[in-house]
Amino acid sequence: MLVPVKDGMLLRYAVASIYRVAVGFGIAAAIGIPLGLLAGWYLRTGQALNPLFQFLRPISPIAWIPIAVLWFGVKDEAAIFLIAISSFFPIVVGTMTAVRTIPLVYVRSAQNFGLEGFELFRRVVLPACLPQIITSLRLALGIAWMVIVAAEMIAVDSGLGYLIMDARKANYYDRVVGAMITIGLIGIALDWGMRRLERIDEVRWGFTKQS
Amino acid sequence: MKADKVVVRGVEKRFERKQDELVALSAVDLTVAEGEFVCLLGPSGCGKSTLLNIIGGFETPTAGAVTIDGQTVTGPDPRRVFVFQEYGIFPWASVWDNVALGLRKLSKDQLARTIQRTIDLVGLKGFERSFPSELSGGMRQRVAVARALAVKPDIILMDEPLGALDSLTRMQMRSEILRIWQEEKMTILFVTHDIDEALQLSDRIVVMSPRPGRIAEIVEVRQQHPRVIGSEEYVRVKHRLYELLGVSRSV
Repeated sequence: MLVPVKDGMLLRYAVASIYRVAVGFGIAAAIGIPLGLLAGWYLRTGQALNPLFQFLRPISPIAWIPIAVLWFGVKDEAAIFLIAISSFFPIVVGTMTAVRTIPLVYVRSAQNFGLEGFELFRRVVLPACLPQIITSLRLALGIAWMVIVAAEMIAVDSGLGYLIMDARKANYYDRVVGAMITIGLIGIALDWGMRRLERIDEVRWGFTKQS
Repeated sequence: MKADKVVVRGVEKRFERKQDELVALSAVDLTVAEGEFVCLLGPSGCGKSTLLNIIGGFETPTAGAVTIDGQTVTGPDPRRVFVFQEYGIFPWASVWDNVALGLRKLSKDQLARTIQRTIDLVGLKGFERSFPSELSGGMRQRVAVARALAVKPDIILMDEPLGALDSLTRMQMRSEILRIWQEEKMTILFVTHDIDEALQLSDRIVVMSPRPGRIAEIVEVRQQHPRVIGSEEYVRVKHRLYELLGVSRSV
């Protein structure tokens, strides 16, 4: 186990894994949040998209591996695609639900003061949904990090998932466990980072019991 | 005689239900004068909140119409601001930003002065940077009132605004609302199911009854403010209200 630590391989692989998750998760959030806001706000858009979401959502990211390799080859892009697809659904569905469940009193207040269109969205809809969006991001990041191992086992030749597969072939079980522990520790760190977001003044209200 | 501010003519509201139809309001006529403080009083289900929502433009009547200053109400408008029981202030924004909600097209200076003046008026000086979750129920309702006052509305529509507060805070808030009303001289329509609240606040009390929701009687309160609770006139009107609402005077 000491060899991959000393020669920097573990660090390199950890960085490779984190990079893929960051990009895949970023893409999922960049598409998922706006789409979820739209689908939640405009009933028709939601009605049109929701069956598609619900159909695609239960398909395991692992089932996408052949398609990912077919489209992108054994490259970073394939793993990133798998990450993006696995974290996309919790984000889009969570955001959509958040918009749907905005208390009527907030929307009415905003309308009463003449807020319309983009301003209504920016000053009321988005902030009202932010706590739930953060929760769905946190959930999605957890899933993304879990899926990275499966994605790297097949779709790439670096990263912590690849390390596990590679070490198993050579019967380096200390490396397998070492990589598992590293994955667990980074997982904790990522979740801790997401939980920090919950303390921001503008969203804290969504995570504490209202008196 | 002051000008008519709000005129409700033949307003009906029906809700389709699975089997039958619910008549929430049936043929309501009401005229409120400019600067008047009118309470809508009645048990739950009498349509008082529905009537207020229609006047506010949040719901459309099935029949009849509401006119304000001669113009038919077609939707919500910042000239008539609603204060909700659940406050409706935004938990993600500070007191300052909440009060700023309806204020646009003002210069930076004007904006800051208006917000500060309004916050001072409702007694929240020093809490400008606080978030609603850090405030008590009474203070949150003050924020809601301040947000409404900031846009200088002609009419404030209050839907059981003190309903979620403890009884001592309610008493205090009533005097605050009266003080602000006397200073700012706007028209207030105030929904409540609390007889004393209606008696202490209003010029006239619109007593409503349920199934179908309608106006049973409009009772005038001729006492000047400050009103002495328990005075002869107070008790006389109170007994009349008990009678109209069909509740016993003794327990």
